[in-house]
Amino acid sequence: MDDLPILLPAGMLTAAMLAALGGLWRPAAARAVALVATAAATAVAAVALVHVLDDGGVRHHVGGWAPPIGIEFVLDPLSAFLAVVIAFIGLLVVLYPPRAGYGEEPVRAVPVHALTLLLLTGLFGVAMTGDLFNLFVFLEVYALATYGLVALGGPKAALASFRYLLFATIGGGFYLLGVGFVYFTTGTLNMADAAERLPPIAGSPTVVAAAVLITVALGIKMALFPLHVWLPDAHSHAPPAVAALLAAIQVKVAAYALIRVLLTVFGIEVVLADLPIMTIITWFGAAGVVFGSVMAIRQDDFKRLLAYSTVAQIGYIGLGIGLATPLALAGALLHVVNHAFMKACLFFVAGGVIQQAGVKSIRRFAGLGRRMPWTMAGFTVATLSMIGVPPTAGFFSKWYLVLGSLEADQWLLAAVIVVSSLLTLGYFLRVFEQVHVIPEPDPAVAKATEAGAGILTPVLVLAVGLLVLGLANVAIVDHVLDPIATLVLDG
Amino acid sequence: MLELVEARYVYLLVVALLAVGLTAVLVERNLVQKLIGLAIFNTAVFIFFIEGSVKADGTVPVIDPEIGVEAAAYMNPLPHLLILTAIVVTVAVKGVALALLVSIHRTHGTLDEEELARRMDT
Repeated sequence: MDDLPILLPAGMLTAAMLAALGGLWRPAAARAVALVATAAATAVAAVALVHVLDDGGVRHHVGGWAPPIGIEFVLDPLSAFLAVVIAFIGLLVVLYPPRAGYGEEPVRAVPVHALTLLLLTGLFGVAMTGDLFNLFVFLEVYALATYGLVALGGPKAALASFRYLLFATIGGGFYLLGVGFVYFTTGTLNMADAAERLPPIAGSPTVVAAAVLITVALGIKMALFPLHVWLPDAHSHAPPAVAALLAAIQVKVAAYALIRVLLTVFGIEVVLADLPIMTIITWFGAAGVVFGSVMAIRQDDFKRLLAYSTVAQIGYIGLGIGLATPLALAGALLHVVNHAFMKACLFFVAGGVIQQAGVKSIRRFAGLGRRMPWTMAGFTVATLSMIGVPPTAGFFSKWYLVLGSLEADQWLLAAVIVVSSLLTLGYFLRVFEQVHVIPEPDPAVAKATEAGAGILTPVLVLAVGLLVLGLANVAIVDHVLDPIATLVLDG
Repeated sequence: MLELVEARYVYLLVVALLAVGLTAVLVERNLVQKLIGLAIFNTAVFIFFIEGSVKADGTVPVIDPEIGVEAAAYMNPLPHLLILTAIVVTVAVKGVALALLVSIHRTHGTLDEEELARRMDT
């Protein structure tokens, strides 16, 4: 059991290399490796979550060197929870047919599955590592895989990928500077060790600067408004499966890193010693909710609408992190998994529509409801969840966030969450009208047929999952998220 | 003032390089110049770490029998190690960035940001 924390990142890295080599022999071999690896990771992560919820964390010392000298990997309830989400979405992305998902069949020159597994390696690494510098390395590992995958989306995607590279690398630089400040004041890079040495020097300019630098850096990586500028291009030009991976889990992992570093390493008292950093995160989150929703209303390209909607949904998560109360944090974590399901489902639907009907513009979606009834059933459930209609999952995370805001006496925040649901209704209503109401089908849609099982399976699994998550939300919050939130906030 | 500059000149250099790099990334129109700005920005971070490892009268961190195992007598080797890793990471990032630039130039025939925006709209 001691090796459990390193098993996921190391296993995924091995699988990535096997997939790259297997892909040279036969593309189908790479896909087989990816399927086995992600399915195994899902099983391991689920077992690990049950295990750590029972007996606390598991620590692995890399190479047998004990911390604070060695690097350690930590599997605690928070990282195990995130690992389950990463592995499950990763499995569905690999299940999704490559031609619809990546815009092309995997060929020898483009090892899509190896890159996908490398991306997952980085995400698992960020989730498990107990070392501040190691976190930087894994942030860059997943970012490197992302640049390659985004660039698969055609001529505009290469530029979007390059812009993302500029922003992400600057974010990485800021993070490294912040870690430098922590290291030179505390003399340690180990998270647990730093958490003990930081409180006595809380409020010193170096520690405040470190907290600010790390917040900005991870704000860029998670696309928290106003540092989201790279996201709409990168997510709308990336191929559908890649966009699903990025929106569903990649930006969430950066949000996790923010929770991990600010709330467990620094601790809330140290973060708030000199500057109201948490309040700033909350209000930028709220501003992002409004900005993303308003921008989404103005989009005509479906994937671009989804990308701006991601900016808004990340705002909810930032808002919950910033409030830093058990209720709000549980709401933010519930929104991490809910939004992962909703947005992955919607990008899978977008990929199915592009493959079967060849349309990207919402104005040409007329008639899809009749031509592709099952795909659009998935779309409808995900949309209802995005708006927050009970009993779909989306309602409950917003409910906890509203409760968290009211508990903190932030009436304005609660109002923002409720009003933004109307804005979400606004931007999805246009799509909904085209899909289900307008009787005259678009010429391209009139010839379209229902998507195959490869596309339908992930879409419907996620749609059913949204209903299950909604109905089981009390159990999830009581048994998983509440303990995690208490653990994170009380240290 | 002059004493402060003398004592902290490396940190002033780091701040200046960070500002130069960041400005280049945000302001320059040519994508290659943006990438060069990014390289300058990264280098500033590296210099910051290396400066942090310096100790007055410290020597190379290889245990010398004459000096013994007194930690204060040696430079701190850990920041060097971290930066070696960070350099490897940025080499990979720059490699990917250059590959993307080649691909952008092949499809669009230019690396000028405004020109690219104009060609993509049409």
